[in-house]
Amino acid sequence: MIKHFKLKKGLDINLKGHAPHSVKAVPTKGIYSVMPNDFYGFKPKPVVKEGDSVLAGDALFINKEIPELKVVAPVSGTVTAVVRGERRKLLSIDVEAGSEQRYKSFDVKCSTGEDVKALLLEAGLFAFIRQRPYDIVANPNDTPKGIFVSTFSKMPLAQDFSFALQGEEAYLQAGINALAKIAKVHVGVSPEQEDVMCSLLPDTDIYVFSGPNPAGNVGVQINHISPVNKGEVVWAIGAEEVVFIGRLVKEGHVDLTRTIAVAGGEVKEPTYCKTLVGAPLAALLHDNLKRNEHIRIINGNPLVGIKTDINGHLAAKVTEVTVIPEGDDKDEVLGWIMPRLKDFSTNRSYFTWLQGKKKEYNLDARIKGGERHIIMSGEYDRYLPMDIYGGYLIKAILTGDLDRMEALGIYEVAPEDFAVAEFADSSKLELQRIVREGLDLLRKEG
Amino acid sequence: MNFIKKFFDKTRPTFSEGGKLHALRSVYEGFESFLLVPNTTSKSGVSIHDAIDSKRIMSMVVIALMPAMLFGMYNIGYQHYMAAGLDGSLMEMFAYGLLALLPKIVVSYAVGLGIEFVVAQYKHEEIQEGYLVTGLIVPLILPINCPLWMMALAIAFAVIFAKEIFGGTGMNIFNVALVARAFLFFSYSGKMTGDEVWVANESILGLGKDLPDTFTCATPLAEVGSGQMSASLNDMVVGLIPGSVGETSVIAIALGAALLLWTGIASWKTMLSVFVGGGLTAALFHATGSTPIEWYEHLVLGGFCFGAVFMATDPVTSARTEGGKYIYGFLIGVIAILVRVLNPGYPEGMMLAILFMNLFAPLIDYFFVQHNINRRLKRIKN
Repeated sequence: MIKHFKLKKGLDINLKGHAPHSVKAVPTKGIYSVMPNDFYGFKPKPVVKEGDSVLAGDALFINKEIPELKVVAPVSGTVTAVVRGERRKLLSIDVEAGSEQRYKSFDVKCSTGEDVKALLLEAGLFAFIRQRPYDIVANPNDTPKGIFVSTFSKMPLAQDFSFALQGEEAYLQAGINALAKIAKVHVGVSPEQEDVMCSLLPDTDIYVFSGPNPAGNVGVQINHISPVNKGEVVWAIGAEEVVFIGRLVKEGHVDLTRTIAVAGGEVKEPTYCKTLVGAPLAALLHDNLKRNEHIRIINGNPLVGIKTDINGHLAAKVTEVTVIPEGDDKDEVLGWIMPRLKDFSTNRSYFTWLQGKKKEYNLDARIKGGERHIIMSGEYDRYLPMDIYGGYLIKAILTGDLDRMEALGIYEVAPEDFAVAEFADSSKLELQRIVREGLDLLRKEG
Repeated sequence: MNFIKKFFDKTRPTFSEGGKLHALRSVYEGFESFLLVPNTTSKSGVSIHDAIDSKRIMSMVVIALMPAMLFGMYNIGYQHYMAAGLDGSLMEMFAYGLLALLPKIVVSYAVGLGIEFVVAQYKHEEIQEGYLVTGLIVPLILPINCPLWMMALAIAFAVIFAKEIFGGTGMNIFNVALVARAFLFFSYSGKMTGDEVWVANESILGLGKDLPDTFTCATPLAEVGSGQMSASLNDMVVGLIPGSVGETSVIAIALGAALLLWTGIASWKTMLSVFVGGGLTAALFHATGSTPIEWYEHLVLGGFCFGAVFMATDPVTSARTEGGKYIYGFLIGVIAILVRVLNPGYPEGMMLAILFMNLFAPLIDYFFVQHNINRRLKRIKN
């Protein structure tokens, strides 16, 4: 079945430094680091200690609350550190890659949904599945009403999955087929991908979403395909992570190789890199930065990614690493009244509207304004293509009103769905953080 | 421009906590962020931000008010010179109006921003820009002869009791400028209505001349009440009629409206609905013979245009749902004309209409939001 959706709300931001379609292979060496923070909702407990040698696919840490949920090593080698922070919170487990990669092999049995679940849990790939409500790692004991996969992202500088998929098509098919044993799989694609995906996945429900960012967000797609009601659970997983599942099913081992986009205005030569989850960013950005100071390296895209630095590691669920100017060295006089031709704005008091959609902007990380109460009305709804009153939901969260959050549809959203609205917000509120706090509060009370 | 940065870097310790002048910290920070864009970068959330901020938005509204203000200055002079029987050049008349209005604007900002500074200092927050707009609107919606001290009192009342106690810009229920006007209207109605307040009656720095105490001049809207309107439609549109300072010229207000609509700062839905609601109601009354003037004359007279463009569209106090904006605006138009026509004194209905609908905006929104909530609940049942 194919269904088309045309979304109008949203905003495409054209940033400088798109990665052209060419791939650079990055050799597997150095320290690979897996961070429990990337698996939101996990109460991590390490199952390895310093000095242990592991195979790619061996568990590094498990979830205390659901012990069968585990996260595995992307590489084989020696555990060099179990890094803990304040109050002994587990921050990361570092593995030094051995000279030759050896994989743990798994007994692949996929005849029923339970088999697939057990296999994914055992191989640590289950931890890549997120659930709605709450946008946390899915609970294997739930029965989801559907599994949703979005095969594109409209975020600025995001990875082009169609390109990353080249050569991996069979794995995507195998992954989708395996997931379909657990629950009905719904795949959201962009209009450009429609033909390819329809021929690759003839038995799957395909939904074609056209429209600006965040049309590629799985949450937006769920809202249009089958919105989450109170008491229901749906699962979502990234398209490249479905490829991981496909590799496991076909090859019998865990291979967390991604084709990530290294992009942004501060990257000398934007490119795609074939690398592994947890890879050191220094290896990806080596000799490829325009300067070393006053830049911001982001794990992910500039709207939902997390700020990191050159010593950071590729986060588990991101498909791009972006580098933009930090802007902390800029002093702009009377900026609020200047024409600011190089800046991007949704407001027509600036001249973005005059400069066409092709112009690329090299935006820096300055907030460009002070935090205020919500003044303008409807500002969030314009960038939230869901049947939800964004401004009212945000206010309900700020006032901690659980019943109203529920009534206004918080179960349907994830922080990332508010990313575009947060960009455009003239009151400069941290909407993603606010939504996250609302979801956490609801999870704790519920 | 480096010297500005150096200046602020040098003086920062004096104004920081523990410094000699730390009581003026909010003022210092206000000026710093006014002159230099703070290079604070985001720590979490999105790494890039739209260049729009509330400073820009408020400045745009102030710019949009400029044509009405400048024309208002000219008209103050024009009305005075007409009344005095003097023959002045355009520049003279404008200079007279400038001198008459400037003290009002200065006092308005001094009182309002003063309170804002104190509150920001007390709450350890940044200074909010909302008053930049309110501070200019207040002198423009008062008659020119309103005494300075009255205006100052009204502003203090409005800023404290209509805004700050609710939590500042963005949290207020009523339009602050209109609360100031309503305060004056009910406390000192002799200086707000009648036939003596609309034409400046003193000579200023040698410009113009003192008018006799017995001089009176009614606004066209008041003349409609007594059944003998002298102004032509042309005068009403251009604005060379007596009235509150900024409200008379439809053309000048239209220029401001164009900017607000183009930048999306004012909602076209609200603005259009006010005119539709007002026009239909006035046409209905004209058809039944309740009002002698045509519907379009109602729309160009008095504060209707100014209210529709600059105050009904205040995003904070108007309806916040898109559908609600139509109803909110429409009812403002209806009530404004109702007040005018059904009241023998023909007072200005716009102020009361907007304040009244400010009160009902949350109720209108409630129905739209509740509709969304009910749709969600229904989904569960199916």
